[in-house]
Amino acid sequence: MTTDKVLMKGNEAFAEAAIRGGARLYFGYPITPQSEVPEYMSRELPKHGGCFVQAESELGAINMAYGAGAAGGTVFISSSSPGIALMQEGMSFLCSAEVPLLAMNVSRGGPGIGGIQPGQADYYQVTRGGGNGDYRIPVFAPSSIQEAVDLLYEGTELAQYWRNPIMILADGMIGQMMEPVRLPDFKPVPKPNEIAGLRDWACTGYADRGGDQNRRVVKSLRMQPEKLEEHVEKLFAKYALAEKELCRYETENLQGAEVVFVAFGTTARICREACELLAEQGVKAGLIRPISLWPFPNKAFDEIDFASTKAVISTELSMGQMLTDVQIALNGRLPVALCHRTGGMVPTSPEVAARAKAVLEGLK
Amino acid sequence: MKRIIVIAGHYGSGKTELAVSLAMELAKEKDKPYPRLAVIDLDVANPYFRSRERMDLLEANGVKLYADVYHSTGATAELPALTAAIRAPLEDEGCQAIVDLGGNDAGARVLRQFGKYFEGDDHELWTVVNFRRYETLTVPAAREHVEAIQNELQIKVTGLVNNTHLLRETTPEILREGYEKARELSADMEIPLLFTCYPAGIVAPEALEGIVPLRPLGLYMRPAYLDK
Repeated sequence: MTTDKVLMKGNEAFAEAAIRGGARLYFGYPITPQSEVPEYMSRELPKHGGCFVQAESELGAINMAYGAGAAGGTVFISSSSPGIALMQEGMSFLCSAEVPLLAMNVSRGGPGIGGIQPGQADYYQVTRGGGNGDYRIPVFAPSSIQEAVDLLYEGTELAQYWRNPIMILADGMIGQMMEPVRLPDFKPVPKPNEIAGLRDWACTGYADRGGDQNRRVVKSLRMQPEKLEEHVEKLFAKYALAEKELCRYETENLQGAEVVFVAFGTTARICREACELLAEQGVKAGLIRPISLWPFPNKAFDEIDFASTKAVISTELSMGQMLTDVQIALNGRLPVALCHRTGGMVPTSPEVAARAKAVLEGLK
Repeated sequence: MKRIIVIAGHYGSGKTELAVSLAMELAKEKDKPYPRLAVIDLDVANPYFRSRERMDLLEANGVKLYADVYHSTGATAELPALTAAIRAPLEDEGCQAIVDLGGNDAGARVLRQFGKYFEGDDHELWTVVNFRRYETLTVPAAREHVEAIQNELQIKVTGLVNNTHLLRETTPEILREGYEKARELSADMEIPLLFTCYPAGIVAPEALEGIVPLRPLGLYMRPAYLDK
């Protein structure tokens, strides 16, 4: 661990954290507001013996990641909302073929090409997936650069452990802002001839396998329905386990709260400020901050003080996408309202506080 | 201070905070050396945290903002082109112009097309350094950045601005450490160290004895919720 904190821009820190976490292969295509990630990778990755390829498109990038991951590489990719949309087909293939990948979405306003200001309207895209078939991708949403650094650092291992893509969702504000961070140490990186032994499924060729002649096959094609069903059931047994083990969240001031905000990423920071404003006005407000978006932290909602809380407000930079998950988690126990801006607009904390008061007023 | 002040530096070194802060300060001066005051936002490298986002504040204080701005909220189209209006404050001898460049040599490059305004002696080129930025932690690393900017612009850097900080985690020790490195860089490159910035409201100037000259820097660009 470096002893001193350094000041970094989100995107630079994400790239550095992925390198320190062991990622040595990056494939990408520039898109605002995450272009500093490929820029940093193109400059820094070769210094660590890694390889940066600017793909011809995001479709190219995700399929390069598929190939490199299947060969046992530690791969990191990043993009922003419309670019992540282009990668959805590949994500489905990687999940089916159980190929590890660390992916990052520095999200912006949509739909369509949208704009370049921060957005969270990729919630459905990342938690439900835009690719075909039955699959799941664990998604983590940091609300600070340090948290993003720690998640990316851990993410290289999580991807290998679960043999699945792991998605880090940071809205454009987290990517573009500056914050002091403490960078973790560089993880040891396996030598190319060690990969066959460490990743016993990877298509490394026979040379480093000590005489083992068993074929290794990485594929997503399964023509027999019985075999495909069996494979999907196996994937879902894995996802069920991931749902238990990867659930992460934070709660703040739930005890005695009249109203509880649910917010992730940048929005969680605004809600924190709104809670302070509300306290000054005599309204006690709490916060549930999902860190994992899939699995959604349903159990966090059991910590709500049901004797005092009158309403829960999903606060988002989208039109109520997380709201659905909040409703599922609450299962009718409390009324759920929405507080939102979208299209790259970010609410101010007085706006959020006013919305909370209006919701409470409306319940009277 | 000369008529045109160009502020360059590493990505995230604090150029925009300094540009906006300086403009607000000059706007409040009673005896202005020039009747008009302008900020030219030439940041074509960064999509967020640009001085054009504070257009309303600047213009309310009598500072004209020049940038590729298409309506009053400061939203822009990301085009690799600049509006010709940017030349107006550079040509207007009655206008003090603060030029806020994009980060690094790459961000500074855009100034080259305005080369003819920098042939005379009517300008200063400041370079901001923060010795707590990951890529400029040492004097040689900072020197490399300053040289790259100077080479790109083909204009001599006339002054260094020490803006070493860690936002709200800045301590007097961090400032002192940065000041020592800035002095070393200044001696090494034979470029005067103009002043050292400190985050107003976070570090008290009394704790910075011996660091001269000092200039308080407010956080105009950073919304408060980013520190929650």
